[in-house]
Amino acid sequence: MQTTFTAEQLRDPDTAEANKILRTCVHCGMCTATCPTFLLLGDELDSPRGRIYLIKDMLENGRAATELEARHVDRCLSCLSCMTTCPSGVHYMHLVDHARRHIEETYRRPWPERALRSVLARVLPRPGLFRLSLRAAALARPLARLIPGRGTTAQRLRAMLTLAPAALPPRSPMQEAPLHPAEGTRRGRVALLTGCAQKVLDPTINEATIRLLTRMGIEVVVPRGQGCCGALTHHMGQHDPAMAAARANLQAWGAEIEGQGLDAIVINASGCGTTVKDYGFMFRDEPEAALAAKISELAMDVTEVLDRFGYRPSREAPGLTVAYHSACSLQHGQKITALPKELLKRAGFAVKEPAEPHICCGSAGTYNLLQPGIAQALRARKLENMARLDADLVAAGNIGCITQLSGDALPVVHTVELLDWMAGGPKPAKLSA
Amino acid sequence: MGPALSRVALADGEAQGHFDPMIRLPPPKPEILARRDGILADLGRLLPEDAVIGEAIRLRPYETDGLSAYRQMPLAVTLPRTTEEVAAVLRYCHANGIRVVPRGAGTSLSGGALPLEDAVVIGLMRMNRILEVNYDDRFAVVEAGVTNIGITKAVEGDGFFYAPDPSSQLACMIGGNVMMNSGGAHCLKYGVTANNLLGLTFVTIEGEVVRIGGQHLDAAGYDWLGLITGSEGQLGMVTEVTVRILRSPEGARAMLAAFSSVEVAGQAVDAIIGAGVIPVALEFMDKPCIHACEAFAHAGYPLDAEAVLIIEVEGSLAEQDMLLNRIKEICDRFEPISMKLAESAEQSLAIWKGRKGAFGAVGRISPDYLCMDGTIPTGELPHVLKRIGEMSAHYGLGVANVFHAGDGNLHPLIMFDANDAESFRKAEAFGADILRLCVEVGGCLTGEHGVGVEKRDLMVAQFTPRELALQRAVKSAFDPGWLLNPAKVFPLEGNEALAA
Repeated sequence: MQTTFTAEQLRDPDTAEANKILRTCVHCGMCTATCPTFLLLGDELDSPRGRIYLIKDMLENGRAATELEARHVDRCLSCLSCMTTCPSGVHYMHLVDHARRHIEETYRRPWPERALRSVLARVLPRPGLFRLSLRAAALARPLARLIPGRGTTAQRLRAMLTLAPAALPPRSPMQEAPLHPAEGTRRGRVALLTGCAQKVLDPTINEATIRLLTRMGIEVVVPRGQGCCGALTHHMGQHDPAMAAARANLQAWGAEIEGQGLDAIVINASGCGTTVKDYGFMFRDEPEAALAAKISELAMDVTEVLDRFGYRPSREAPGLTVAYHSACSLQHGQKITALPKELLKRAGFAVKEPAEPHICCGSAGTYNLLQPGIAQALRARKLENMARLDADLVAAGNIGCITQLSGDALPVVHTVELLDWMAGGPKPAKLSA
Repeated sequence: MGPALSRVALADGEAQGHFDPMIRLPPPKPEILARRDGILADLGRLLPEDAVIGEAIRLRPYETDGLSAYRQMPLAVTLPRTTEEVAAVLRYCHANGIRVVPRGAGTSLSGGALPLEDAVVIGLMRMNRILEVNYDDRFAVVEAGVTNIGITKAVEGDGFFYAPDPSSQLACMIGGNVMMNSGGAHCLKYGVTANNLLGLTFVTIEGEVVRIGGQHLDAAGYDWLGLITGSEGQLGMVTEVTVRILRSPEGARAMLAAFSSVEVAGQAVDAIIGAGVIPVALEFMDKPCIHACEAFAHAGYPLDAEAVLIIEVEGSLAEQDMLLNRIKEICDRFEPISMKLAESAEQSLAIWKGRKGAFGAVGRISPDYLCMDGTIPTGELPHVLKRIGEMSAHYGLGVANVFHAGDGNLHPLIMFDANDAESFRKAEAFGADILRLCVEVGGCLTGEHGVGVEKRDLMVAQFTPRELALQRAVKSAFDPGWLLNPAKVFPLEGNEALAA
């Protein structure tokens, strides 16, 4: 596609990168077909091709963003379904990330939205604060229906209270311990990103990961100083906090690599995985470029690590049918599609996949809080497709999806909890209920 | 609005160091442009709030379609949800002398949905419901904004499919398919859109809703369905479509036959068709295209070949074997480098994924392309391919050939750089030469993409002035004021209806 950036504009490396991406787009329109918001809203402006064009026009004209660009770019889930569909290989993720930053830096949102975004950016990545907020939300939960009004702010507040779990799981000392030695002969050594929101919402995911890996002879370290991967703020266009969070991880993992070495950095929340695998790009012009590239290479989804170290079950097949939900960050962001299903089958489960597996469930990080209307419509669509499978439970590889899809008829667990169970771990509590 | 619009409108020269393509559009009506705000307000009363777009920023993404070299901002975009809403907008535009440009998914490669400065775009993307499926009588009634593949998706679980399959079938919409009489790889056996339609809900420019055809083949009286199919949005708008659905074949298998030269592959195609063998699809890709598609689809295309044929047969296993053996025998006479059968359903899918993504995949090897769409008698394939190769050398522009070889429908993709004005002008001239060549050898200007704005000025190479006048008279009968998509299909010269 033609672009009209001036030589002056192209001297800025970020603009040059955006130009490179825009030039790979041939405007064929295939991406519109698999975009969840285009399916729901039927407006090119809410499709990848429309957004690419909006972004192109805004950047070419060196224009500050307005409510209009913010409206349509904000509605993008960053599910990256378009990148799977695109025949031309347009790197939509880097383009929309750049646009989100441009919007954040040049457009002043109305104050309730500004306040909400600022609160989310501060609270979610900090487990202590997040835990406290969830406690408060649990108390206020019954009041959700009493919040008046049909405005966006009222909808968002209701969504926040509804999504907050009624009871919080207890703290897990296990995921805080810095070192988990391998059982038997040590076959490998990995760092585990224990995450931020996930460790509060569902510590059993990290526990299952640690149990399973150590049982397979892999030493698991939880390096001091690691924290949120930066995705939460990155996707809100808040460049500096995102880079600071990522930098802290680079330091923590860099020290481990320097020290006893790492075979992998294990990530069991695929949303985080997509971001850590992109550190190499995020830091391409920073002093840490080489380290970041190395980290991105080492970053692996937990299913990739399990496959590499030869996962084998030890229990008999449980006779259960799993509806596998493909998290967008896993299938589109990291192109991991068949492996989790293959592992579940290896573990003895019957595996089914719902219709429209490529369509997002609406979770998408903070999206279900910021765009509750679209998020709920996508949730309903996903659950409807799930219900047709006649499965016993749902498995997914991302905490966001797990939270989003929970509360319906079927229990929703992390893939690794099932794999751990079949390899000698405890039966996931959600299945015993 | 003024300055933003004039950047792309009717550009005859260079603007600020960048070029704007030389596509001439009819002069906008000043009285309509002057009433812009009032028109937007009126549309806002006719439709729900979220169905009218009027801000320059939000109109920009609607300035083009699949032929992004041509751009023109519209006056407004409307996104109706029902036939009644479409009728209301048409009725209003008719009463006020406002031009209308219909739009489906905006995937047209001939600029069929290119807006006009003084036109209201009516987009059908929101009309995406399947209304009825009848397996006993084998038809489906769908809204115009249902995607082509969406029809097959809705019935494939029960063993049925909708046959025409344009490469953009994932995204393109049935309303657009009807208006362009779209084809696809499998049309060799099943025919194009026109052969698979039973009925339409059609809205005239006056806003009158008319049902045409029904739920069965053929209808009494004139063949209105045949007239409207392929009319490129110039006679009225289609909001609902009744299509034939067919029983899925027992099975299908694809094979790849690789050849050492483009001409030899062309000869093989001619020999297959000449022998009376009708595979369900017979597709051709040349080397640049093979490489681009392999990078996207990882289908195992032969990277050392100058040309590859994708040949698909269907039916029972015995039928497939019989056909494949005959085809192999014929191909053998042309000393293929290799012949390979798809070994699994996944491999067949990958082969088709590459072929259907071919246009986009060429975006990996060239920043831009112009996709041509001409049809020739299959006997002329070797000659025409050779001439295209010579033209490519003459213009200094690469060309990737991918097309429906079985029915002689060519899609040469001319590679150029849209940021270089000279490169684009050469590409346009190269394209025009290819299409003239198609007419010269006894073929025609378009196979399945429609004339649109891209081939409009070449219509004189195909038709006499008298023939063009007769066709324009048909349009005038439906739309005397030439409000519906008026800048397409016919050269602007000599068209009194469009004179300012």
